[in-house]
Amino acid sequence: MRITQGTFSFLPDLTPAQVRAQVQYCLDQGWAVSVEHTDDPHPRNTYWEMWGPPMFDLRDAAGVVGEIDGCRNTFPTRYVRVNAFDSTRGWETVRLSFIVQRPPVEDGFRLERTEGPGRTQRYAMQHRQYSAG
Amino acid sequence: MGADAAIGQIKDAKKRYAAGVLKYAQMGYWDGDYQPKDTDVLGLFRITPQDGVDPVEAAAAVAGESSTATWTVVWTDRLTAADMYRAKAYKVEPVPGQPGQYFCWVAYDLDLFEEGSIANLTASIIGNVFSFKPLKACRLEDMRLPVAYVKTFRGPPTGIVVERERLDKFGRPLLGATTKPKLGLSGKNYGRVVYEGLKGGLDFVKDDENINSQPFMHWRDRFLYCMEAVNKAQAETGEVKGHYLNITAGTMEEMYRRAEFAKDLGSVVVMVDLIVGWTAIQSISNWCRENDMLLHMHRAGHGTYTRQKGHGISFRVIAKWLRLAGVDHLHTGTAVGKLEGDPMTVQGYYNVCRETVTKTDYTRGIFFDQDWAGLRKVMPVASGGIHAGQMHQLIDLFGEDVVLQFGGGTIGHPDGIQAGAIANRVALETMILARNEGRDIKNEGPEILIEAAKWCSPLRAALDTWGEVTFNYASTDTSDFVPTASVA
Amino acid sequence: MLNTAFSAPSAALPAEAAEGKLDLGSLFIESEVPEFLAELEADLIGLKPVKRRIREIAAHLVIGRARETLGLTSGAPTLHMAFTGNPGTGKTTVALKMAQILHRLGYVRRGHLVSVTRDDLVGQYIGHTAPKTKEILKKAMGGVLFIDEAYYLYRPENERDYGQEAIEILLQVMENQRDDLVVILAGYKDRMDRFFESNPGFRSRIAHHIDFPDYEDAELVSIARTMAEAADYTFSPEAAVALEEYVSKRRAQPNFANARSIRNALDRMRLRLSLRLFEEGGLADRAALSTITEGDVRASRVFSGGIDAPDYKPRSE
Repeated sequence: MRITQGTFSFLPDLTPAQVRAQVQYCLDQGWAVSVEHTDDPHPRNTYWEMWGPPMFDLRDAAGVVGEIDGCRNTFPTRYVRVNAFDSTRGWETVRLSFIVQRPPVEDGFRLERTEGPGRTQRYAMQHRQYSAG
Repeated sequence: MGADAAIGQIKDAKKRYAAGVLKYAQMGYWDGDYQPKDTDVLGLFRITPQDGVDPVEAAAAVAGESSTATWTVVWTDRLTAADMYRAKAYKVEPVPGQPGQYFCWVAYDLDLFEEGSIANLTASIIGNVFSFKPLKACRLEDMRLPVAYVKTFRGPPTGIVVERERLDKFGRPLLGATTKPKLGLSGKNYGRVVYEGLKGGLDFVKDDENINSQPFMHWRDRFLYCMEAVNKAQAETGEVKGHYLNITAGTMEEMYRRAEFAKDLGSVVVMVDLIVGWTAIQSISNWCRENDMLLHMHRAGHGTYTRQKGHGISFRVIAKWLRLAGVDHLHTGTAVGKLEGDPMTVQGYYNVCRETVTKTDYTRGIFFDQDWAGLRKVMPVASGGIHAGQMHQLIDLFGEDVVLQFGGGTIGHPDGIQAGAIANRVALETMILARNEGRDIKNEGPEILIEAAKWCSPLRAALDTWGEVTFNYASTDTSDFVPTASVA
Repeated sequence: MLNTAFSAPSAALPAEAAEGKLDLGSLFIESEVPEFLAELEADLIGLKPVKRRIREIAAHLVIGRARETLGLTSGAPTLHMAFTGNPGTGKTTVALKMAQILHRLGYVRRGHLVSVTRDDLVGQYIGHTAPKTKEILKKAMGGVLFIDEAYYLYRPENERDYGQEAIEILLQVMENQRDDLVVILAGYKDRMDRFFESNPGFRSRIAHHIDFPDYEDAELVSIARTMAEAADYTFSPEAAVALEEYVSKRRAQPNFANARSIRNALDRMRLRLSLRLFEEGGLADRAALSTITEGDVRASRVFSGGIDAPDYKPRSE
């Protein structure tokens, strides 16, 4: 199962050249780029682990690419994503976020249901890797 | 065009308040030298005076009828600070290329309006004046809402930034579809369409404006099946999904009941139609703010008064009022789809929804600088007769902060709803990727789509099916300042 | 699909390349290098040997691109440089220009200059240095990293000095990421020479050494005049004479920093001019407001055997 979070999840995994081009686009907009990783891709797991602080004032993607590679080499079986943060007034949020590494096997989620009153269901998503153990 | 001295305000109180009928300009509703204050509400009207009616007097009448005036002199004016309460028409100009039509600018003192009430604002500005006999036709083209007034509204409960953070979706337009057929599906079948669309790759599926609680599908059934579809699709994709549950109903009590149920089921979004009225919109907006709910606004009914250039209200004014009233999503047109909309004019609506400060831009129909005073941004929704083959045009026209709704373009896909959703999502991500890489998507768009269709067969089928479909009719509501054509 | 998106700008090469012939004249013009050289000539007074070296390097780079076009071996050239010379001899200015030339020829992708000293690279405690150095390197990627007084990175007297860590990271990047950035090491000639002796790793990675000579007295006077003109000031004839005397006296004193000392001196002359006019009161015309007089120059302590002001403090070690 392929998790489709992030801006380019429906495309084939981005090549290094494509990743570099997207990072350069972000830097050209004046955004700060950061790298994050996790082994728990639950959509409500907002806070992935930070691979260092966001990188401010970079001009060229090479610096970010080095950090992406560093993160991937350290955590070869985790999800790794690149975020670009825009600090201008009215935004002050992430403007682009895309996955640059996935685990070799994506476990996906199991949907658990609990009966509620009046035909309602309580839904919970369990990451298969965790719920199995 | 300056005021004729003969019709200027009568300063002598004895003459001014003598019983009888005076011209509006003589009563003080025209002041060609007036400098609008920063706190004034400003309105720009397009008026078509009856034959023989002086445009300045017509403008003064608009100012009068939308503020304090009645048809005759009343002595009770003298018990008030009438000079301040009188709205003032301060400029009249012929509309370029439209003989008999005039733009007139009117300034209203802030104290004429109750804080935080669109109902009150509209009762003045579009109250009696639109039926006033000396005008053949009248249209409210634009308004400047002063910061002092804007600050009395709470605005969108969620806004673009928080919506994106809550959905964890950045850097691309959101993708939606309206369940089709609009009417007749049972709850179970309806939920199937929702599940297929969301699993295929849509972010949202939507109830149509007239899906409420009809004999073929009661609302609770719809809500239950739709939320089953949403939750199942979330588990299948690992992505946050939503379905705009339309809570429009006959009474406010019933709307709240449906909203509460949507909340209990864990929906991230509810929807109402514009026809519920301003007070209901502001109330449900407050409810959404208190319950962390996105509010999707379908502009059902607006075409009755926004479409014709001569008479009514421009949609840009409706968009401004809705940003004040507080909606998170607003249908604002597609320019390339099946519904009315000149591209530049439609871009003007988008700017009203999304900018921190909207700058004067005549070619997009924006007549005033509008500072939104930190009010959150409304996510525009492009919906109606659009398909994957237009992706480059849509992104070029509207950028990435927009919900693109491909209803027929998803559900009508020859290989099924999931395939339709995949085609749209791939087209979307491909185009954003290419744009960010610096490619000229406006011109290279078709080529970029064909490249992606080589590895994505659902996209290929979509392009084969709809690639040539366009709705190339002349728009009726166009800018008066540049000739624009419908995008083919 | 990605051909245009992130490739570095490179000198446009004419169509004759296909036939195996290149018009070097138009190649030079299209590279815009002559423009940069002309700017360098106009902006910088003197510095003849430096300008000649820049010209050599630029020519070499253009020819390198031409060789590539015709399929001759060129390889990724080593472009790291050492700029040696006393303070105020134009090293930073030339580095900025060099960054532009490298950018124009496609040897760096962005063409910006990041100027640092030891403090920007080396931390105060264990684990602090690597992140600091990497941070700077990331900012310099795509451009030129200019390390002023680079020899302070190396402190042999303290074997636990964190500078060594920065040196190792720098060397690694200078070797492995030659496409990503160019490093220019700068400082006094004698100290740089000793630095290279103790750090052969640096020596071997530096392709171009450029020595920046001190300015002649006459050159410094003309620098002062140019600076004054740019700020709408002029020297009275007597002041011009005093200025020449000032330059020769100032040079003999400690902490002389060439053009930088001149800039500082000029700033103080402008202050004195303002104070004088302020105290004189009365009417002042354009000439009065812009003419530096003899008194404004001679009030300097340099004429009474002192130092005008500390222009340049060597870092305490």
